[in-house]
Amino acid sequence: MALVKDSMGMGERRSTSQSLVSWTRLRPYAMISPAILVFCLFFIYPIGYMVYLSFHDWNFVSPTKEFIGTANFTYLLSNLEFREVIVNSFIYTFFTVFLTIGISLLLALWLNRGGAIYSFLQASIFSPHITSLVSVSMLWMWIMDADYGLLNWALNLIGIESIPWLTSPDYALTSLIMVAVWKGIGFNTLVFIAGLQSIPKDLYEAAELDHTPPWRRFLRITVPMLSPTLFFLTIIGIINSFQVFETINLMTEGGPINSTNTFVYYIYQYGFQFFKIGYASAAGVILLVILSVLTVIYFKVLSKKVHYR
Amino acid sequence: MAEIRLDNISKTFNEDRVVKNISLTIKDGSFTVLVGPSGCGKSTILRMLAGFEKQTEGDIWIDDKLVNDLAPSKRDIAMVFQNYALYPTMTVKGNIEFGLANRKIPKKERRQLVEEIAEIVGLSDHLNKKPDKLSGGQRQRVALARAMVKKPKVFILDEPLSNLDAKLRTQMRTELIQLHKKLGTTFVYVTHDQVEAMSMGDEIIILNKGMVQQKAAPIDVYQNPRNLFAAEFIGQPPMNVFDRTAYEGIVEPVPEGVRYIGFRPEHASVSRTAASIPHTIELESEILTLETLGAETIYKVKNRIGVMNIRSFSAPVAKDGCCFVSIPLEKFYPFGADKIAKPELDLSMKKEAVLNGIG
Repeated sequence: MALVKDSMGMGERRSTSQSLVSWTRLRPYAMISPAILVFCLFFIYPIGYMVYLSFHDWNFVSPTKEFIGTANFTYLLSNLEFREVIVNSFIYTFFTVFLTIGISLLLALWLNRGGAIYSFLQASIFSPHITSLVSVSMLWMWIMDADYGLLNWALNLIGIESIPWLTSPDYALTSLIMVAVWKGIGFNTLVFIAGLQSIPKDLYEAAELDHTPPWRRFLRITVPMLSPTLFFLTIIGIINSFQVFETINLMTEGGPINSTNTFVYYIYQYGFQFFKIGYASAAGVILLVILSVLTVIYFKVLSKKVHYR
Repeated sequence: MAEIRLDNISKTFNEDRVVKNISLTIKDGSFTVLVGPSGCGKSTILRMLAGFEKQTEGDIWIDDKLVNDLAPSKRDIAMVFQNYALYPTMTVKGNIEFGLANRKIPKKERRQLVEEIAEIVGLSDHLNKKPDKLSGGQRQRVALARAMVKKPKVFILDEPLSNLDAKLRTQMRTELIQLHKKLGTTFVYVTHDQVEAMSMGDEIIILNKGMVQQKAAPIDVYQNPRNLFAAEFIGQPPMNVFDRTAYEGIVEPVPEGVRYIGFRPEHASVSRTAASIPHTIELESEILTLETLGAETIYKVKNRIGVMNIRSFSAPVAKDGCCFVSIPLEKFYPFGADKIAKPELDLSMKKEAVLNGIG
């Protein structure tokens, strides 16, 4: 009897310790499961579903989705209109990011000092960032109006002929880039100022004792010390510019003659105006691939040049 | 090689006068240490000397050249910063030759200079590393090399050892002294650490509240402090100073004009029994704490004068119970009511006394 009792006791103990071990092992997964669930539901599932749809022909309402293989992709890549969209997106992104960063850096260098005037200017420059893109678009549509716009009125004053800012295929993309730069400068300047302020002052003092000319001081000390900021702003600038939508939707609707049509607007048109969901999804997949490739290249190539403290 | 002269220098930051009418001469080729507690104005003086701050009043001369309006780069000085201020994105070599490249010195000559200096400071194996891959001591050496390679007239060092650990600090102290000997250039060194000041300087300038308290050779500062501040600042633990009233019935009579009397902890001694030594005061004392440091023992004791520190190099007496503290009368430092030392008011020939009772 005693033996049986003993062995039973041991058995009980073993099973409790076993369940304890498995709980210890499971606990971390249980703890992060809500986050994982949200991540899967709102990030992984939509991307997966988009990839799935890109191989189908579907119009949003019909109960069946017809599998058509890579037809959407082959059609997209041979389509002249889509090629224009890609070119427009790259032009828009390149100039928007380049100009925004360049102008913001200059402004940050100028505004990075104490005093009420500079605080006021910093705040003023930042204000477009907190304005909704819809308001910004409306404002600029009025400013850039070919007949009644402020911009043309000002140009006329100094004797320059009116420019059809948003209505000519020659100017429309440039106009959109101008608006994007105007809106982006505030945020970028503020981040640059923060970056500049984190550079130790004694580095500049050491540079002064080293007879460093201003231009060289900028290139050899300021820019390398700002490289994490530059890196960060460039990468989010590229991603944001590739995804531009509101200004195009409100100001040009991709026109005139497809001259301002870019990725996201194109996807929106095909998905929600022409109801070619599969086709739009295929374009979305290509956008995802382009952005991923750009990001990977950027991290691989440039992150080596970035100096993190 | 240069003599530095500060002529009636003052500096005011927003109504706050941090440096007050300082005039002093730093001798050519000397190792002069500016020492004082934080906020005494020592770094401000250094920064004015370098040209990073402009003095509110007064003139600064380097080698008979008035440098008041001269930019830092034109003053022919080199500085070692407290945090080294190495260019983090450049290699050791890049850091050292940056100043040379700025002055368009040809590449070949530059390389030779860098290699020479790297050899002197022992960095030859690390020339292609970035500063974040170096230890604290190595970074310190890079900062020194960067300053040395310019062959300046004056070296300015702003608390250069404060970021190093105790052992490395002692080592770098010796290296800096040797370096100064080798170069023969004027060194101006700022520190808040009196041990550094005493061990490195040919001349110490003690500062407090923006004013010079004393300027003398280290041993002079120790033996003949000019005022109460200098007396209490130099020495570890600091001088024991008591009001004249504390000595009533002990030193009889306290001369007129003496307000404070001090003595150094190492000049007193602790023993189990009274020995009746001539011209020595012996006080029955209670030991409050005892720090055994190996070579020496630091006692905190209480007796009729008050609570005082005693530094003794003989074997420690038992911790509890009473003991006798003896202080030779000739080792007393009298100070007047203006806190200025009064060495002429000699106490050494007063009558010896043995005083029992701690009360």
